[in-house]
Order: sequence, then structure tokens, then C-alpha cells
Amino acid sequence: MEIRKKVRSFIIDNMLVWEQDIVLNDDDNIFALGFVNSLFAMKLLNYLEVEFSVSIETEEMKIENFSSVDNICALVTRKKEVNDKAS
Amino acid sequence: MSDMIKCVVWDLDNTIWDGILSEDENVSLKPWVGEMLDTLDQRGIIHSIASRNNQADALRKLKELSIDQYFLYPQIHWGDKSESIQAIQQKLNIAIGCIAFIDDQPAERHEVQMKLPDVYCLDAEEYETMIAHARFIPEKITEDAKMRRLLYQQEQVRAEEEEKFGGNNIEFLRSLQMELLVTMADEEDLARAEELTLRTNQLNATGKTYDYNTLAEFIRSDRFSLCLCELKDRFGSYGKIGLVLLNNTAEDIHIEMMLFSCRVISRGIGTAMICFLNNKAGATGRRLTANFRDTGRNRNMFMTYAMAGFQDTAVMQDDCRLLVMGPDGRSELPPYLTLLDQTKI
Repeated sequence: MEIRKKVRSFIIDNMLVWEQDIVLNDDDNIFALGFVNSLFAMKLLNYLEVEFSVSIETEEMKIENFSSVDNICALVTRKKEVNDKAS
Repeated sequence: MSDMIKCVVWDLDNTIWDGILSEDENVSLKPWVGEMLDTLDQRGIIHSIASRNNQADALRKLKELSIDQYFLYPQIHWGDKSESIQAIQQKLNIAIGCIAFIDDQPAERHEVQMKLPDVYCLDAEEYETMIAHARFIPEKITEDAKMRRLLYQQEQVRAEEEEKFGGNNIEFLRSLQMELLVTMADEEDLARAEELTLRTNQLNATGKTYDYNTLAEFIRSDRFSLCLCELKDRFGSYGKIGLVLLNNTAEDIHIEMMLFSCRVISRGIGTAMICFLNNKAGATGRRLTANFRDTGRNRNMFMTYAMAGFQDTAVMQDDCRLLVMGPDGRSELPPYLTLLDQTKI
């Protein structure tokens, strides 16, 4: 739950649209809806790596891994599990 | 360890001028220093300062001596010089091995050399040798190199402007009124094109360098298109900041190489070029494909490719991975810039 909360607030802090009635659902495609742009993706990548101490491989840099809150959380959770097993 | 020097960091007291400013207001410039500054500046080498002094006094003296305009990001304070040099390195976004440091005090040079072994340290007495030293002489001097200091100074103005917008990146980008001009490279552009392949690391999809003659063959070839990008905004031109080499076949437009100067990082130029090419491919019923080679420093570029809709096929062509544009590939340009197409693709 902690991951989801942090990811959501990072996206909201960096959202491009500011209208009162916008709701960010966890399965919304944030790129397709124009909430964020491709420049944000790089920022997000750096944020995830620092905040959750994971390192994201080239193979994992796919649009679907970053396109919604759900997918981002799934990626981070997967990475953290691998880390935990290794340590 | 023989990278070209991109920046000279000067000490002031008994290095640029004879005497110690805090003890004597009437310090005088060492002979030839003005000429040295100008010659290196013309070669595209940036000057900066690491000095322990009172900042206001030192800046006033530099102005009085009419050399203040040469220095970017001067670090004048009582802290360690290795820290000053690191601050300059980060501001300029260049490798530490491209920096030369000149100081009359052995202890200062020692401190820098201990902490930053890749910095090229010189004794103040050797300052005249810089002019003829191979690491200070670029093979060719392009128009972009001559303008380099000016470009950085414009960049400072933009950075101040960006701060005014707080976190609202898109409003800032919109306010810049960017125009991206895409042209076919001609003979006159080749020196700059070669320089771009040599100097660009982060936003470089393959990290491959091409010499002048190889590039000349590309512009004569029917199969390849060598495109050059120039970016302008309301503060002026960023210069020629991007290079794209396309290999055109009946089935594909293949991006053999794509690179952008790190001066245009976070402007979305890579995305704009991919959209532009994706539209060209779509219009002629071809696929858009691209090369990517991991250099350890260029994942920014992979992310740009991936976010624009490229998919990794895991097929290797020589030492490059082959990427293919997926069905949902991006085709609309970023809304905050205008692209002027003068190519013949």
C-alpha cells in the first residue's frame, strides 16, 4: 500500500492537467489521457529507482510498465521481491 | 586520459593577475592572459574560476580588467577548490576529465588532484603552454564551438526563467516557443556533424562516432539520409543540436543513429523527431525501425524510444539491438513546439 501511495502522489505532483474534477484511477493510462508526457517518464524512472532502491533494466523500459499506477506498482513490487530474495 | 579540454578553471591571485587582491587593490593582469582567454574562447573552450576571495571584490576587479565576460559559473568563496570544480562540472554537464585547473599554489593543485584525479592540473607558471597543448586544440573549430560561451549564457537565462514557472514544466516549455528546424546535412555541416558524434554521450542511441569522410559518403549516398536539427526559441538559437542518420529501404525507414546535445535535454526533442519520422514512414507505408546500443550512459535515449512506442525485438544487428515501432507508435508532435521540415525524406 505504501508503494501505491507514493507513486500516486508523485504522479499527481507532476500532472500536466489541473482541473478540479479530474480523478486519477489506478488503472488509467496516464500517457493516453495526457496526464503526463514522455519527459515525465524519465523523471519517474529516476524517482522509482531512488525511492524504492531498485534498478530498472533496459528490458523493463516498456511503455506498459509505466502507463498506469497499477502497472508501475506491479513493476516496483516485482523488483523489490527480487531484491529481497537476493539479500 | 587524453580527452579534449572543454573547460579551464582559473585561480585568480598570482595566477590570472600578479598580486593578492585582498592585500593590494592594484593587481595587474599577467601578460598575454587576455589574449589567452580570447583564443581559447574562440576554440569553444569555456573558462571558469575557482578562487578563495571575497566574491564582490573579485567580480568587480574582473570587470575593471574587462575580462569578466569570459567566465561562466565563477566559484569565488572560501570552500575547497575540488568542490568548486565539481560545481562547475555539474553546471556545464561535462565529464570531469575534460576540465583543466590552473593555480600557483601546489597545495591547491594537490587537493584537487587527490579528490579529482582526472582533472588536468597546471602550475600558473605554465599558463602560456595551454595555447599550444594538444588537448586544448580541437581538430576543427565549428560555428557552434565559437558560439559555445554565448549558448551557455543563454542557457543561464532560460534556467532562471524556468524557476519562475515552479514545477509547471509544460507551461515553461510552451512559453519558450520552440522551433525545431530539420534539414538535410550538406558539405558545410559535416564538421559540426562529426563534432556532435564525438561530444555527445547521454542522448546518443548508439555511441558510435563517424569521421568526416564517412559522413561525407552518407550525404552523397541515395540510400542514406543525414539530417541535422537546429533548435530555436525566444531566447535565441541553441545551435545545431541533433543528428539523425537514416537508412532508407523499400520496407523500412531505419534510424541508424540518433543523437542530441545534452543542452536540449528535457525539451522533448527526441520524441518530436521520432513522431516526425513515424509519420514519414506511415505516409509511405513503411515500418520505422531503430538501432540502440547500450553504452552505459545512454539509457535516457532508450527510454525516449520506448516511450514513443518502439519495441525491443532482441534481434542484434552487429552490436546494436533492433527496435521496431509498435502499432500504437506515437504520431503527434509535442504540443509546445513547431517542427519545420526541410528534408527530402
